[in-house]
Amino acid sequence: MPEHLNQPWWIDLLKAFLIANLVLGAFAYATWLERKLLGRMQNRYGPNRAGPFGLLQPIADLVKLLRKASFFPAAAIDVLYIAAPAVAGFTALAAFSVIPWGPVWHIGPYDVTGWVVNVSIGLVLLFALGSVGIYAFVVGGWASESKYSLLGSMRTCAQMVSYEVALALSVLGVVLMGHSLSLVDIVRQQQATIWLAAPQFVGLVTFFIAGIAETNRPPFDLPEAEQELVAGYHTEYSGMRFGLFSTAEYINMITLSGLAVTLFFGGWSGPLLPGPIWFLIKLGAFLFVFIWMRATLPRLRYDQLMKFGWKVLLPVATLNALLTAVFLVVF
Amino acid sequence: MPQPFESMKGFAVTFSQIFKKPITQQYPEVKRPVYPRFRGRHRLWRHENGLEKCVGCSLCAAACPADCIRVVPAENTPDNRVSPGERYARIYEINLSRCIFCGYCELACPFDAITLESEYEISEYSREDLIYTKDMLLAEPQKRMPTADRDLYDTPIPVWKEES
Repeated sequence: MPEHLNQPWWIDLLKAFLIANLVLGAFAYATWLERKLLGRMQNRYGPNRAGPFGLLQPIADLVKLLRKASFFPAAAIDVLYIAAPAVAGFTALAAFSVIPWGPVWHIGPYDVTGWVVNVSIGLVLLFALGSVGIYAFVVGGWASESKYSLLGSMRTCAQMVSYEVALALSVLGVVLMGHSLSLVDIVRQQQATIWLAAPQFVGLVTFFIAGIAETNRPPFDLPEAEQELVAGYHTEYSGMRFGLFSTAEYINMITLSGLAVTLFFGGWSGPLLPGPIWFLIKLGAFLFVFIWMRATLPRLRYDQLMKFGWKVLLPVATLNALLTAVFLVVF
Repeated sequence: MPQPFESMKGFAVTFSQIFKKPITQQYPEVKRPVYPRFRGRHRLWRHENGLEKCVGCSLCAAACPADCIRVVPAENTPDNRVSPGERYARIYEINLSRCIFCGYCELACPFDAITLESEYEISEYSREDLIYTKDMLLAEPQKRMPTADRDLYDTPIPVWKEES
């Protein structure tokens, strides 16, 4: 796997800086896109006051969140209370670094790769970062020393831990067929054969459903459940601390869409257009489906959520992985 | 169709909505006409000869459940005739931050001097600005709110208005 690339450290640094900012920008405009699309699906306009087509709305939201007084519960455990949103934001941003978005370009004497890092355990790293991110939600709710937050964080924890199992198992088939845990190698394998969405269709469906639950998006948005609860684990957060949790949630959604594109839809590969453009198109399609689901499906009941996760999704994902393994050994 | 395919039909519904024109009315630019009997900001009226209809009887203040009207009457004199009656309202103030727009003052008034009109954009930056004096209430409203045609609604003209 180690390739010989003439890529000095400053190119890496530049790319990391660029990608971190691009992901944050994508997050800002994902919120805009979501509100706009939800509006149109509900026969409304969505934000259309700040700038043309409401394009400056994310900036207005950011300024509002930054200027807002950050409420601090008197009984809260300070260090954990402050660290939790930061951890959530950090893990979400860091997870995107292993996702490849372009091929290798040769510019002058240097090689520029279309990914920030290519680690041989890319997929494992991504899931590990996601698991650390769960700590942020649990600790944030617990450290704010409020019963509602604590109960909210318990719901979040239970949901995310149960669906993480199904999520990890659903990609096992892809790993088996891609012969690697490195996301770059999986994409190259797909370029050499076919997009894994076809042979791993069951894997794709289970991955996507588990992913929705993992990112707390409707119809699995029980941790937030805005029509039923105050908020869940971030009840006691306001201002930009709440903003960071929200950022983490949206970036997780973007990362998950990127991961789905990488694992099942050939990543950056596609005809005519350059790699990053293809990656963006596929990513946008996934984000659209996420928003579309939010506009369409009602929220699940909590027992339905748990039953579905453990009794349907997990067996299906396990069977899919098993059958893929048998298939690969026999043929 | 069995579940979950039955539920999938919802996706077609939401998707087709994207291409429809939103039914939102863009409020500050487009104002919906208010109902003919809408109860907005108060207005004091004059007779056609310029005299004020209000005779300072304070019945409106007595009827007001929010206690937001203050009337101080004074005697009409031959050289200072403000209203056709014996007395007139020297001070007539409505505290619109207390007013609940119930319309009881309009009902109580024996001379139809006070009515509730269609204006509803009456927010101000300070509470003092919400106390409307007699001059403000007597003046022609600066803002005109569109009012729906009474014929569109099956609303009979109230009895107390027919009689006056």
